[in-house]
Amino acid sequence: MGNRSVVPFGPQHPVLPEPIHLDLVLEDEKVLAAVPSIGFIHRGLESLTDKKDFNEMVYVAERICGICSFQHGMAYCMALEEIMNVEVPRRADYLRTIWSEMSRLHSHLLWLGLLADGFGFESLFMHSWRLREKILDMFEISTGGRVIFSVNKIGGVLKDMPNDMLRDFVRQLNDMEKEIRDTTKIFLDDYTVKSRLVGVGILTGEDAIRRGAVGPMMRASGINVDMRKNGYCAYGDLDFDVITSNNCDSYARCEVRIGEIFQSIDIIRQCVEKIPDGEIDTKVVGMPNGEASIRVEQPRGEAYYHVRANGTKFLDRFRVRTPTFANVPALVQTLQGAQYGDVPLLVLTIDPCISCTER
Amino acid sequence: MEQIKDNMYQIDKAELLQVIMEKKNALWRLCQICCSFPKAEQHYEVTYSFSSGYDFVQYRLIAEKDEWVPSISRVYNSAVFYENEMHELWGLNVENIKVDLHDKLYRIDVETPFLPKEEN
Amino acid sequence: MGQFLPFAKQVMKNLFSEPATTQYPFKPAEYPERTRGHVDIDKDMCILCGMCMRSCPPGAITVDRNGKTWSINRFDCVQCGYCVEKCPKKCLSITPGYQEPGPEKVAYTVEVPYEPPKPAAKPAAPAAPAAEAPKTEA
Repeated sequence: MGNRSVVPFGPQHPVLPEPIHLDLVLEDEKVLAAVPSIGFIHRGLESLTDKKDFNEMVYVAERICGICSFQHGMAYCMALEEIMNVEVPRRADYLRTIWSEMSRLHSHLLWLGLLADGFGFESLFMHSWRLREKILDMFEISTGGRVIFSVNKIGGVLKDMPNDMLRDFVRQLNDMEKEIRDTTKIFLDDYTVKSRLVGVGILTGEDAIRRGAVGPMMRASGINVDMRKNGYCAYGDLDFDVITSNNCDSYARCEVRIGEIFQSIDIIRQCVEKIPDGEIDTKVVGMPNGEASIRVEQPRGEAYYHVRANGTKFLDRFRVRTPTFANVPALVQTLQGAQYGDVPLLVLTIDPCISCTER
Repeated sequence: MEQIKDNMYQIDKAELLQVIMEKKNALWRLCQICCSFPKAEQHYEVTYSFSSGYDFVQYRLIAEKDEWVPSISRVYNSAVFYENEMHELWGLNVENIKVDLHDKLYRIDVETPFLPKEEN
Repeated sequence: MGQFLPFAKQVMKNLFSEPATTQYPFKPAEYPERTRGHVDIDKDMCILCGMCMRSCPPGAITVDRNGKTWSINRFDCVQCGYCVEKCPKKCLSITPGYQEPGPEKVAYTVEVPYEPPKPAAKPAAPAAPAAEAPKTEA
């Protein structure tokens, strides 16, 4: 029986860009239990439905998160399209898919950088972010924004990407793929990186389900679930496999995300080949009435959208369950029995986005 | 249990724990719990979503304003956050939460901010 | 080199390659043409309908029909582009060039030389169609 102590971790901590607080119960260097607390930056965006009409809420939904911003706006639009029975033109579906996959690329590269920073490999961090910068430039060229794109509207998208722009992006992505492969190889092969990741933070498949984990966190525990396989947007037409790993540790989560980077590039390539010409939006008339639940696969995992409308322009209920909210209980599970020095790393492996969590 | 629409069933308070236990034993994952207070109906609607693989099912529980709802956090640990959130933002009374944070989940100073404001 | 020193190749490359960053204040930043920097108005086309004012999510735009002015508080604007989409005359546009920081929030105001089509003959009739028509253009 060693010395027991309680160490507060966060909300301000060098390795966490966002505020989450953990009370760690330690026995010597070993974590016995972790008590998370969130709520430092609760924004109450869900209740803005009282003041903003359902069209303006698209822009509110986009601002839930700064990284998966596009997919938040898209999921909200998809929910309203389901309520209002709007058929989205195929080209708009493909454009949404391309932007979603680019968001996934940029989010996973950002996460790789943060992970490298978390275990002190600063130059790897710089290289990941250098690659990510090119994706952000592509966003700026195609949508006009680097972080918030504002291209979604109910019934389609606002901006078209001309076919030569798309081909140019594919060319750039092909060039980048080689560089990304060089960089990610270091994550997968380097001895120092492996010594920090392999066997750390085990989350078994059953625990992942019991704790309600989503996304790469769940797939790294061997569970083959990816909401994209539900075939929303253009995913039904595309050919891709769900990337899973059976190792259940931090290294597996890294492996899954790296696999998804290359998968995203491949999906973008397929989309550009298959994208049909035509309209990019349909006209939407009338007020929504009814309810819809939408699940989309964001870079961090499955996001759940529930919209309930009552026939006026103000929605009754707008509910978002972001992936990080679902992953926090799984984080607590992985922390039990971990070494104190691994705590920052384990917090990073769920790819935390606390601002999403506190919509 | 009564089917409202695709994958959505309305259940009573008495049935809730039994349904939840069945889901747990079949290894379903708790997707989320959503609380809402439609202005027209003036009651709480609590929606429990479960998922297994690509299957998805939702159960809806209707509760009056001062009614107590049983907690499912002893079956699904991850429900703690959702239930505390419901109590804090909507004022729904949840009985016997495993970790009751007593309205301290979010650091806000308004009580039940999401409940429609009463007419002054 | 496999498992052993996989980063060495990258390190050697870094030593001899150009920096990935640009010398920003000395070299001006280049923005693509779609960059959403700020909202511009083509004042000759604006009909002061007020559609942009009503649809602006943060409420940054004010349209004064009597004073014939269109103004935007650029510090409140979130560059979402919803006013551009809503404008019936397509007189609003989003162009590159970000708002510079300033010591206080000031509104940018434009005088719109718009004359209602039928002045004063039937005061009630012209007002109603005008209200229906989307107003803000830029």
